[in-house]
Formats: sequence, structure tokens, C-alpha cells
Amino acid sequence: MAARAGASPAAPSLLASRSAAARARRLRDRAATAAIGAAFALAMLPLASLLYEVARRGLPGLGAEFFTASARGVVGGGGAAHAVVGTLVITGVAVVIAVPIGLLAAIYLTEYGRGRPRRALRLLVDVMSGIPSIVAGLFAYALFELFFGPGIRLGVMGSVALAVLMVPVVVRSAEEALKVVPGSLREAAYALGTPQWKTIARVVVPTAFAGLVTAVMLATARVVGETAPLLVTTGVIDSLNVNPFDGRMHNLAVYAYTEYRSPGAFREAAFERAWAAALTLIGIVMALSLAARLIQRRHARRTA
Amino acid sequence: MRRAKTIEVEGVSLHYGAVEAVRGVTMTIEPNKVTALIGPSGCGKTTFLRSLNRMHELTPGARVAGRIALDGEDIYAPGVDPVEVRRLVGMVFQAPNPFPTMSIYENVAAGLTLNRRRMKRAEKDAIVERSLRGAHLWEEVKDRLHKPGASLSGGQQQRLCIARAIAVEPEVLLMDEPCSALDPVATLAIEELVAELKSRFTIVIVTHNMQQAARASDVTAFFNVERSGEPGRLVEVGPTERIFTNPERQATEDYVSGRFG
Repeated sequence: MAARAGASPAAPSLLASRSAAARARRLRDRAATAAIGAAFALAMLPLASLLYEVARRGLPGLGAEFFTASARGVVGGGGAAHAVVGTLVITGVAVVIAVPIGLLAAIYLTEYGRGRPRRALRLLVDVMSGIPSIVAGLFAYALFELFFGPGIRLGVMGSVALAVLMVPVVVRSAEEALKVVPGSLREAAYALGTPQWKTIARVVVPTAFAGLVTAVMLATARVVGETAPLLVTTGVIDSLNVNPFDGRMHNLAVYAYTEYRSPGAFREAAFERAWAAALTLIGIVMALSLAARLIQRRHARRTA
Repeated sequence: MRRAKTIEVEGVSLHYGAVEAVRGVTMTIEPNKVTALIGPSGCGKTTFLRSLNRMHELTPGARVAGRIALDGEDIYAPGVDPVEVRRLVGMVFQAPNPFPTMSIYENVAAGLTLNRRRMKRAEKDAIVERSLRGAHLWEEVKDRLHKPGASLSGGQQQRLCIARAIAVEPEVLLMDEPCSALDPVATLAIEELVAELKSRFTIVIVTHNMQQAARASDVTAFFNVERSGEPGRLVEVGPTERIFTNPERQATEDYVSGRFG
């Protein structure tokens, strides 16, 4: 067999990795990798330093008293149990209000809506997601003032304000989650003689479940630290209140704000409590995203 | 052998908005036979298939003109519920589409659990087993019925979808290129299954594969589109053997002999 031209040592090999072009390409590859890494580090830096600072200043204040005692009848001290409970109750009620509305609106947009009404709803959702949070608070206040007169302060008012902020976030991310469900699954259900509502309830929603959970968690995390709308709706109070329909209710964000603004005689202790409240809020948000991950993973294990 | 239903199609035209996809189809689809719809891409055979169980109208803007009757009963008559039509006319799709949140067992039982009132566990077990046996899948999955449907291979998934479709005991089974995503071995398994299923169902199968039409069908309908932009038409329908050996129309001959398409 005759030797092929490419095999002779004199001819340059096409596969040789030492060629100038290959070296230049590897160099560009490395430069791009380094640039991307640097951009990532730059993006993480503020987040890391924020977490560090909040933890450093907040941890000393996170004693047992912080979570067990309210500030009722205490001058310049006490705990934040009333604020922790208030945050959980106000946000919880907001979730109860916003999630059904948001999910149903998202189902309308992806499964039922056509033409003008759908475009109109989508526009409204866009406009709603741009509402400044204080406007949502004033809206809730004005709504309740109509029925209960001026100066009204209730936990549920704060929930209504937060729900106004949550709904567009839930709609938008739930819509994305529902859109990912392949049309072929809907068709498979229809071809079995399944009515549309049952197809949605038993096939589309379960398939999008993980995404819907994320939608709810994102929206919750978005509002759990809101301050302005709660200042004008739930008010400030030193004692524990677990009933959102009865009088003022404190919460962590407003607690941090008031401790900072009017620290009283014991400035350092008040600042410490404000940081502790901030750290607690971050903890709640983290717990929410961890819970979402957990639910998603359990769901993925069941389906995959 | 169970006598399934006849489909009579008279002057059916199908539109997507202003576009006419299929014009003037008239044919009778015989019970307990396999009818293959063949033709080049864009000739409207899938659109026509989807009009037989009222899936066509799920596309926004889609319209149907003409008459389609199931044993004499017009499925487009006012007052007919498309959901009821689809219970009588089942469908298997091009790509296997088992429900990803359901197990193998739940997938087969889906048509029952999604539609009917509650039934006894034993009754449901029996239907699931019968349907999986009917789809030649039982032996392969009987030990893992509660594993996800998506864990099966492509060919197994398609047989799972067939089991799901026959579990609700339809009269007619529509198959839209059921083997186009499968390898030859899985394709052969589906073709054997189709030959067996015609003892219980009327089967209409869309295929791009002419050998498949020749092997697996009793009757062949050739659809064609003369120029792009024109609606597809039914050129010729007849016993498969005649269509492939002695067609009446030149276009049919050109197509089945591989001269175009």
C-alpha cells in the first residue's frame, strides 16, 4: 500500500494542536472564561458582603428573648416576638388572598384567554407589577377607611396591600410555568375525552407544579420584607397580636425601621435589635426558598 | 370480533382562519379495517385525521365544513359535545406523550380516572392489565407498574399511549404517524399491534412511510396538494393492494412509486 501524503513527516498535520490558530483559539477561550468568572465574582461580592454585615451585626441580638418576648410595657428593650408573629400572619394572609387570584388569572391567560380580554388582562398585570409599594399600602388604607372610618389599622389591611403587590408576580411566573407544559399533554387528555377544566386540574397543573410552587415562593419572598405599605396599614404596636382582624399588628420590617428611627435611651441595644430583625427577615426568605427547593425535589423524584 | 363503527365523510373542507387546508373530502372509513392516509407533507392528512375526533377545532380559528358521521350520527351536529365524540374516537400521537406526573398504571387508567365516576380497584386493575396486554406491553412492565411512565423507552412509551387510548374502549382509533419517532424494531411491534387491534376498533393511521401503509393497512387514501398554497385533496382511495399496484390516477402512481414526495 502506498504511503498517504498526509502521513509523511514533512506535511503539516491537520490535527496538530500546536498550530497557531489553535493556540489563538485556546487563548481566547481562556480569556472569555476568566472574564465570565470575574463578572460572577463581581456580582456575588455585594451579596456576600451584605450577608456578612447583617450576620455580624444581627447575630448578637438574636437571643431567646428576641423570639419569645414582646416589647409590651418595656422601656428600651424587650423582644420582637410580636413582630415575628405579625410578619408571619400578615404575609400568610396575603398569600391566602393573592395565590388563588394569581393562579386563576395565570390559568385564564394560558388556557382560556383569547384576543382582547386576554391582552387587556396582560396589560393590567404589567401595570400592576409597576405599582410602587406605598401606593398599594395607600390603596388598602383607602379601601378600609371607606368602611371603618379614618385612622383604621388592621393586620389584614397590610395583607391586602401585600396581596396587591404579590398578584402580578404570581401571575407572571405562574404563566411562565404553565406555558412550559407541552401542548401534546393537553391534546392527549382531550383525546381521551377529558373536559378542559379537568385537563387543567389533573394534567396541566400537576405537570407545572414545581414551577407554580416557585411562583408562589418568589412572590412571597418579594413582599415579606415590605415596609412602606405596612407602615400605613398595620401600624406600630408593642404587644403581641395574632388576630389580623383586630387592631394594630407589628412586623419585622417596620420593627427594624422604628428601632432604628427612634432608638430611645439605649441606642446600641435598639440598633442591635434592628439588625437582628433584618437578619431574621433574611432567614425567613432563605427558609422559603429552601422549602421551595425541597418541594420541587420531592416532586421531581416522584415524576422522573 | 367486535363490530366497530363506520365513519362517513361527505364534502369535508377544513380551514385554519382564512387558509383552506383540506377541500372536499368524501370517503367511507370501514369498520374493523386499517385505513392509511398517505401523501406528501402539507397535504392535509393530519388535519383531516384531527377532524375525525373534533381535535381540529382546538386550534384557534379552525373551521370545519361538510359532514362527518359515526354510524350515521353526525359528530358535528349542533348539540353534540366534542368531549363525547373524543370518548368514542381515541387518538395516538406522533410523539409518545405519556403524562409525566403519572405512573405507568395511572397513565393507562387516566382515561378512566379523568372521566368516569369512581370504580372498584379490582375492576380498574383488570382494565389496566387488559389494555397493557392489548398493547403488547404487559410482560415488559408488569413488575414496575408504579414507576413513572416517562421511564420507559420511546417504543414502550408509544405502546403505553396506545394502551391508554384503548383502555377507554373507543370505537375508532386514530393514529397520527405513530412510528415516526421510533426505531424499526419498535415500529414493527406497533404495526403488529395495529393488525391485531382492528378486530376491535376501526383504525385510521397517518403515515409518511409508504412501506408501512403497504404492510399495515387494508385501505389506503392518497392525499395530495397540487401547488403549495392550495388546499389538500383526496386523490384516490381504495384497497391498499390496488392503490400500490394498479392506481387509477397518475399522481397516485407517481407518489407510491417514489417519483415525488
